[in-house]
Amino acid sequence: MSPEPLLNVEGLVKRFGGFRALDGVSFHLNPGEVLGLVGPNGSGKTTCINVICGLYAADGGSVTYNGRSIVGEKSHRLVKSGINRTFQSPRPFLSLTVRENVEVAAHYGDPKPGFDIDALLALLELDSYAQRPAAELNSAQQKTLDLARAMATEPRLLLVDELAAGLNPAELSRMADRLRALADGGMALLVVEHLMGFIDKVTDRVVVMAAGKEFFGGTLADATRDPEVIRVFLGGGHHG
Amino acid sequence: MPDTGAEARAKLVRRVILDTSIAAVVVIGMGVARGVYSNELMLFNFVMFLALAQGLNIIYGFTGYLPFGYVGFYGAGAYGFSLVVMHLHASALVGMAAAAVAALVLAVILLPLLRLSGAYFAIASMAAAQAVYEVVANPDLENITKGPYGVSLSDVFAPAFSYYIALAILAFTLLLVVWLRNSRFGMSLQAIRDDSVSAAMAGVSVVRGRTIAWLLSALVAGLVGGVFAWHISVFYPDTAFDLNISIFATVFLLFGGATTLCGPLLGVFILYGIYNVIGIAVPQYFEFTYGALIVLLVLFLPNGLVSLLTNRGIRVP
Repeated sequence: MSPEPLLNVEGLVKRFGGFRALDGVSFHLNPGEVLGLVGPNGSGKTTCINVICGLYAADGGSVTYNGRSIVGEKSHRLVKSGINRTFQSPRPFLSLTVRENVEVAAHYGDPKPGFDIDALLALLELDSYAQRPAAELNSAQQKTLDLARAMATEPRLLLVDELAAGLNPAELSRMADRLRALADGGMALLVVEHLMGFIDKVTDRVVVMAAGKEFFGGTLADATRDPEVIRVFLGGGHHG
Repeated sequence: MPDTGAEARAKLVRRVILDTSIAAVVVIGMGVARGVYSNELMLFNFVMFLALAQGLNIIYGFTGYLPFGYVGFYGAGAYGFSLVVMHLHASALVGMAAAAVAALVLAVILLPLLRLSGAYFAIASMAAAQAVYEVVANPDLENITKGPYGVSLSDVFAPAFSYYIALAILAFTLLLVVWLRNSRFGMSLQAIRDDSVSAAMAGVSVVRGRTIAWLLSALVAGLVGGVFAWHISVFYPDTAFDLNISIFATVFLLFGGATTLCGPLLGVFILYGIYNVIGIAVPQYFEFTYGALIVLLVLFLPNGLVSLLTNRGIRVP
């Protein structure tokens, strides 16, 4: 019998006016697993993350984390219970230093006592910028800072929203290794990404979405052979 | 070499000592000034605006909310003090407690305004202050507030004592700002101001942070309003709810530079100094000079005087 998943999303619905951004999405995620959420632009991937982390209220369906429903729970409470995320466009606290960005999360995000901010900054190669304002970092560094801030809360579930976009090949490879290392340490990761090479390197399996619905679940290799996935990604009619 | 946690802590201690020293110099300086300068009312107004600009700094500098109706809390404090002293014959210190409570109650009532942002928040807060003024100045409430006919509190008139209480309020306000600049709570407020969504994802309760900053800012204005009522003893509702008080505090804060301790202090000393020098010596040039200064500031130093240093990477206390 398989263990209870850390995250279970069932029939999730999110409407913006008459538009159904999420139309009954279901998937699950186990501890230590990396699930890729892929699909064309506008398929609902980021909306899905926004609902799970409490930024948007769900209009239907359920989200269960660690065996309890988290629908309607405030973001900062979800952070304390072990859920965090990164953003598609980095969103650091621009007026604070790099170290202060992480310090806020390390103080309010309830990591274990003795959490070492400097060790985290060194791990993510941000230590030499620690006292610089976050506004002075380039986009790739700000994305890494987003990741550092999320990691400072010691999440059990990390929602990664297009972290790889804009990174050069060397940065991509390092970022993929970092995410894999987090999963190897037991963290569950939901990775939204367009770069299939990155998805291939990082994820254990993928869920393919289109028009707010998931229509494929399995390995990326199987997905690339699935005629419906090919049709959605390369054109030839809309799924659904 | 990057700073380690120990070095960062040592820096923090040095910053707190420097900030506290600046606050002490200002408070002691304004105390000494009373002994050597005869125009006590002008000095009192300096102290009042030093505290108000810092009180506004708490809500604007640290959370980004700019309440044009900040004077509403000041007026609530003035009338909280007056009502308790007039009707309950309470002592002035009890009146000061009532001033604080009145401003805090108004702040709690106006908490839903924090759902707004930018210009909408600024205008709504101004409308709220105007609404409180209309209630207080209503002739039908003459038995309670004295309506538009003004308040007289000659029984508690004590200019020296009230001046030193104003200094104590200034000290309290400056220490609040020192704390916010150097504490994790203050850091969390700046995080909220920079990006409230990211702040929530750092585990910060955005609503709680904004609420505390709002209440602290209102408390300062209420206390200043209370001590104004005590010091002046005779005033009218249009004095206590004069929108110019909000405008002055805002201009002083922005002129010096928000989020810092020194910025609002510089703003008050320079601009209110000019206001008093030009306004008294050559009043016909006052508005022109004042207007020109503000236009130049907006054009060339939108982040205030302190940005002359902060833009060069120099930390300003």
